[in-house]
Amino acid sequence: MDKVMSLDQAVESVRDGATIMLGGFLGVGAPLRSIDKLVESGVKDLTVISLANGHPGQDFDVALLYKNKQVRKLITSHAGTTQIALDQYASGELEIEYFPLGSFVEKIRAGGAGLGGVLTPTGLGTLAEEGKEKLVVQGAEYLLELPLRADFAFIKGYRGDRYGNIQYRGVALSSNPVMATAGEWTVAEVNEIVDVGSIEPESVGTPSVFVHAVVQGHPFETHKKIYADLWVRSKQLK
Amino acid sequence: MDAREMIARRAARELSDGQVVNLGIGMPTAVANYLPADVELTLQSENGCLLFGSTPSLGDEDPDVANAGGQPISLKPGASVFDLATSFAIIRGGHVDVTILGALEVDQEGSIANWARPLAPGKYAPGMGGAMDLLYGARKVVVTLEHSGKGGSKILKRCRLPITGKGVVDIIVTEKAVFRVNGDGLVLTEVLEGLTVDDIREATEADFVVAENVGPYQLPSPASVDE
Repeated sequence: MDKVMSLDQAVESVRDGATIMLGGFLGVGAPLRSIDKLVESGVKDLTVISLANGHPGQDFDVALLYKNKQVRKLITSHAGTTQIALDQYASGELEIEYFPLGSFVEKIRAGGAGLGGVLTPTGLGTLAEEGKEKLVVQGAEYLLELPLRADFAFIKGYRGDRYGNIQYRGVALSSNPVMATAGEWTVAEVNEIVDVGSIEPESVGTPSVFVHAVVQGHPFETHKKIYADLWVRSKQLK
Repeated sequence: MDAREMIARRAARELSDGQVVNLGIGMPTAVANYLPADVELTLQSENGCLLFGSTPSLGDEDPDVANAGGQPISLKPGASVFDLATSFAIIRGGHVDVTILGALEVDQEGSIANWARPLAPGKYAPGMGGAMDLLYGARKVVVTLEHSGKGGSKILKRCRLPITGKGVVDIIVTEKAVFRVNGDGLVLTEVLEGLTVDDIREATEADFVVAENVGPYQLPSPASVDE
């Protein structure tokens, strides 16, 4: 029942062509060490499912995978913050599939929750409805958005125990809880690995059953410094 | 005062005390700086919080507390944090009173284009993010944009770029004028002092009618603004 393992063990079965979910929002709440490990491994032709792209204008989190030419397709709601991805998209190296953010989340939720899809009015009358089935329910029109799962989901939590219970912190939940449910193999990177029982049941954000591997991310003090440095570099902190 | 600041100041007047508000990235974010002192809002950030405050100074930041632009913010007493499924239940589910969004184009049918610039044939960037959900779910949609750009008027008969939402806009605020959108089209309600209705017609591709009570552009004087 001990799911704690090394990063090497957690990512060793990621092969070329894999579909991977990466949690976080523009790098905040992102599984930074897992991404570094994927870059190091050199696996390529990845399909990346990430709600947005890298932190604006920075070589950070998901941006590193484009730099290393490892991504064949991006499924997202917003790609504009990472220029190298846009360049690869324009030249045909990278394919991008956009979904409205709310629909993106619900697709993943459906994937993790055993649903056949979700009905949403979002995107009607726009390019987002292309190729999608429309249904009328109780007089209102909806788009059918199909479920989305991944071979691997990499999420980022604050604390985790060896059972795989994950606690989140601050505004860093974002896509992590929903992605945790939709990976065939879900890796939770945390700032701190704690004893079973240390996380109050009420504070468990992702219950253990969704998690297959718990890995040590950057310790909290390092984590704090990484973001302070990032925000100073991007001139958002003075 | 530059055009963008004027627009942000004028858009702030569309908000009233107690509302749940989502501000888009860029010019709309600045609206929060120009709220009258007696207006307290519940600001929502789509990445997953309610009741956030100003940018912290270096040393006070929290690595796990940021807004939908990935920028550090602070949380106010009474704030809450949640995942994206909950965040978009708030947005799509009709729990946001007002959203203020930037735009590349807007048109007389109340449609807005703000997600897709052509990058290559059939390819667009940057992507819609949460804008399509907000346009659908928010009770009132205020669009802020400069009246004209390099290509001329940005207030068009029909958007040329791929739209983000069809017939969803309620109010358009530019640095020259304010329009209300009703079922029949645009209604000009305010004109900047020094300009005439004809000047606005000249600068605007879209057709519009002039409100009976058309008045001067309501810019709060800087003295009345709590900064």
